[in-house]
Amino acid sequence: MMIDKGTLWFVIIGLGIGSFGLRFVFTGLVGDREMPAWLLRHLRYTAVAILPALVVPQVFAPAATGGQFDPPRFAAAAVALTVGIITKNVLLAIISGAATLYGLLWLLG
Amino acid sequence: MTITTTKSAFRKGLADAAPFVLVIIPFSSLFGILATEAGLSVFETLAFSVVVIAGAAQFTALQLMQEHAPTAIVLASALAVNLRMAMYSASLTPYIGAAPLWQRAFAAYLTVDQSYVCSMAQYEKQPDMTIPQRMSYFFGCVTPIVPLWYLFTLVGALLGAQIPDSWALDFALPITFLAMIAPMFRTPAHVVAALVASVASLATAGIPYSLGLIVAGVVGMMAGAQTEVLLDRRSEGAA
Repeated sequence: MMIDKGTLWFVIIGLGIGSFGLRFVFTGLVGDREMPAWLLRHLRYTAVAILPALVVPQVFAPAATGGQFDPPRFAAAAVALTVGIITKNVLLAIISGAATLYGLLWLLG
Repeated sequence: MTITTTKSAFRKGLADAAPFVLVIIPFSSLFGILATEAGLSVFETLAFSVVVIAGAAQFTALQLMQEHAPTAIVLASALAVNLRMAMYSASLTPYIGAAPLWQRAFAAYLTVDQSYVCSMAQYEKQPDMTIPQRMSYFFGCVTPIVPLWYLFTLVGALLGAQIPDSWALDFALPITFLAMIAPMFRTPAHVVAALVASVASLATAGIPYSLGLIVAGVVGMMAGAQTEVLLDRRSEGAA
C-alpha cells in the first residue's frame, strides 16, 4: 500500500496552503465583516459530520480484514466512542479503545 | 491572576496551555508512527506536521492516501475537517484583527484547537487587554504546544519503522477519530449531524473515488444546521 511520492508532496503542500488559507481568511483578510448566519450554521457541523463519515465504514468493514465485519475492531470502536462521550477525555477514550482491541484480539486470536 | 504587562501575558499563556502537553505528545507521536507505517520517510512525516500542524486533517489525509483516493478528494476531505479553523479565525478577528499583519500571519499559522480555546477564554475573561498583550498571550499559548508537535512527530516517525504489523495499528486511526468526536457532541444538533453523516457514509460507501465521504459530510452538516433551526424555533415558541 505504498503512497506515491509525487501525490504525497502535492497533498502536503496543498494541505499546508489550504490550512493556512482557512486560518488566515478572517484574521488576516476579512477583518470584522459579518459572515452570513446560514453559512456559520453549516460550518459549525463540518468536523462533527466529516469525522464519523470517515470512520464508520471502517468500523463495519475494516480494510485490514478485507472488508469483513470484525468483532474486536467493532467493540474497540464502540468502547472508544462510549468512553469519550461519558468522560469527554480523548486520551482515556483512545486508551480504552486500544485496550479493548488488543484484549479481544488476544482472547479470540 | 490579571495580566498587566506583555511579558506577564506571555507567561500566563504559557502556563494556561501547559496541560495540553499531555494531549500533544501522544497525538503527534501517533501521527509519526502511522505515517511511517504508511510508507512515508521520516523527513516526509516531519514535513507534514510542520507544514500542516492540524492533527485531524493530517490523519484524514493519511487514511485516504492509503485507500488510494483521488488527490482532489484527499485535499477536499482534509480541508473540510479543518474548516473549523476558519471559524476560529473568524471569532479571533475582533480581538486581534488590529495587530500588525506579520503578527496576524504568524498567529494564523499557529491557530490550533488549543491556542484558540485558551486565547478565547482569556480574551473574554479580561476584555481590557491591549492588542500587544493579546498577541503575547496567544504566542505564550503556542509555545508549549507547537514545538512539541514537531518534536514528537519526529520521535514517532523514528519509532514507527520498528513496530511490527501484528500490533493492528490499522485501527489506531478509527479509534483516535471516534475519541476525538465524542467531546464535540455539545448540542443535540451535533449528535444529529454525526448520526446522519454516519448513516449516509454507509449508504454511499459504493460511490467511487471516496465521493461518498463528501456527500455524507454535506448531508450531515445540513442535518445539523436544520436541527439547530428547529430547536431554536421550539425554544422561542416556549419562551
